[in-house]
Amino acid sequence: MARIDISEVSLEVLLSGEGRPLLFLHGGDYFAQNRSFLERLARRWRVLVPRHPGFGGSERPDGFRSIHDLAYLYLDLLDQQRLNDVVLVGSSFGGWIALEMCVRSVERIGRLALIDTLGVKFSGREQRDIADIYALPADEVLRRTFFAPEPTAPDYTQLDDAEAASIARDRAATALYGWRPYMHDPGLRRWLHRARVPTLVIWGQSDGIVSPDYGEKLRRSLPDARFELIPEAGHYPQIERPDTVADAIERFAPAEVRS
Amino acid sequence: MKVWHFSEMAYHPAWPELRDSYRVIIPNRLYDPKIGADLYHRYLDEWALCDELGINVMTNEHHATATCADSACTIPMAILARETKKVRLLALGMPIGNRNDPIRVAEEYSMLDVISRGRIEMGFVKGVPFEISPANTNPADLMERFWEAHDLILKAMTTHDGPFNWEGTHFHYRSVNVWPRPWQQPHPPVWMPVGSPDSATQAAERGMTIGVLNTGWVRTPPIFEAYRKRAAEAARPTTPQRLAYMALIGVGNTREEGLRRADQILDYSRTSGIVAPQFMNPPGYASVAQSAQALRMSGAGFRAGRIQSRDGRSIDPRKMTIADAIDAGLSFAGTPDDVFDQLRAFYDHVGGFGHLLMMGQGGLLSHEETVANLTLFSKAVLPRLEELGT
Repeated sequence: MARIDISEVSLEVLLSGEGRPLLFLHGGDYFAQNRSFLERLARRWRVLVPRHPGFGGSERPDGFRSIHDLAYLYLDLLDQQRLNDVVLVGSSFGGWIALEMCVRSVERIGRLALIDTLGVKFSGREQRDIADIYALPADEVLRRTFFAPEPTAPDYTQLDDAEAASIARDRAATALYGWRPYMHDPGLRRWLHRARVPTLVIWGQSDGIVSPDYGEKLRRSLPDARFELIPEAGHYPQIERPDTVADAIERFAPAEVRS
Repeated sequence: MKVWHFSEMAYHPAWPELRDSYRVIIPNRLYDPKIGADLYHRYLDEWALCDELGINVMTNEHHATATCADSACTIPMAILARETKKVRLLALGMPIGNRNDPIRVAEEYSMLDVISRGRIEMGFVKGVPFEISPANTNPADLMERFWEAHDLILKAMTTHDGPFNWEGTHFHYRSVNVWPRPWQQPHPPVWMPVGSPDSATQAAERGMTIGVLNTGWVRTPPIFEAYRKRAAEAARPTTPQRLAYMALIGVGNTREEGLRRADQILDYSRTSGIVAPQFMNPPGYASVAQSAQALRMSGAGFRAGRIQSRDGRSIDPRKMTIADAIDAGLSFAGTPDDVFDQLRAFYDHVGGFGHLLMMGQGGLLSHEETVANLTLFSKAVLPRLEELGT
């Protein structure tokens, strides 16, 4: 893991591959399970995977607490590293950050891929778009998260201290940023028209956290988006079907930077 | 030593219909308001009786649960502030990290203090993890919010020169101006329940009185020791009057009668931890180390193993017998002599404390039995407590 300092934030960043820059923003949980997908991406792109402040080995400065802080931080990262025509890929919570970035500035972003992204409120006050993972029984959350929980979810009893602590930090940080309003920004829907960048909305067909129908609504709310459903996958299709999702992104985003 | 009678005002008629959770997700159609009204009045009568018995009053609050129908700790206090004349009134207390309006807390406590003519003691509580869902507060910054609310409430109660500004991390007011101001100066005594040496040191630094609940023979001494050590370092009082211990107390004219009463009260311990597991450890509520440990124990929860026998064995609270509870130091029960002897042994073991939080009613213990329990305690145990020296 490399470190990149952006003003007061010291980010732990996984760097791999060569070529056009691809920034992957991870979701709230199951970070370690992204490995195969990220290795696939690194065959074609220069991949940057920051651990969000408060997650993994990235400290969260005092007062750094909102999804907006994360969005500005990663826009600063693109500026600082002078990255252009970036392929921005976000999964779940990371897709929410990506959307918050794109409504602010797409200047350095060439393509946006959103994987089972949350962050937008579509329904009324008594409906829930995003399953309440903190109120459902753990086995139901697992069933809703993965098409096939059994081979995908880790055996927590086999983790070492550092691995378990890292997951505990990830979960606490996800709660910190996303507890209330629950996993969305009430104002974001109003500004989605500003995300003027070619966008691919990728969705696991069996996602029980945010349904494919939510993904369709998201696609329709964005100015230039298409939708692709991934069979036999849940909320993290890049974990369950890494090659299928990587193929979709490769078809969508050329390997070369626009001149 | 001051004694305080504590009851959770349980709505026990719903218990037979509950299984895997007594909290959070249970529908309130299981609550019959007519039965509930009778229960509220009898619990209030028992506290009112304490005024005659020389036992002080302690309330608490929980939410969305049949184990505790007191969902606002200041409401029974508002009634008792007028209904009692002598005893002190401890609300232990207000979950200030879960309440969105600290100024309202300052106002409620100040009003109670004035109406009771200076008999209120203010508890500020973190709240158990399963209070997070009913309040929908962020578990990951709960204690940050708790301490900001604590600072704001005390400043509001001790500022007497008109409005001040508060633009903090969590709370924003541009005109804090609490009326009435409290009767006690500079403010009523402040309490905090504590379950670990770490939180005891935080209370010690601020001179708060700590209430230690359900920690028993094994876990209490390091908590009290951490408090005394840090209080001394911070030049805060180290007296036993800053330390309180809660015990389930059943006293009878015979040993059998006392044990039977305590056994019924013990249904509090047997039920209060029964919670659907997904609410047991909201992310960020516990430390990273505690949560990591719970993760590796595969869903056991970071609170598992809290109830320990005197020799350190883990006791399942659902199946705890009264003999287990007495061994663990959670209950003092039997004849007045038994109760006093058990209390004195515990007192000496932990290095002394100035307040006994007496759960004198719990579970299905009836009104008549509760009155007999409290009355006998006041006659046959209370007068002997000065032998303990505090």
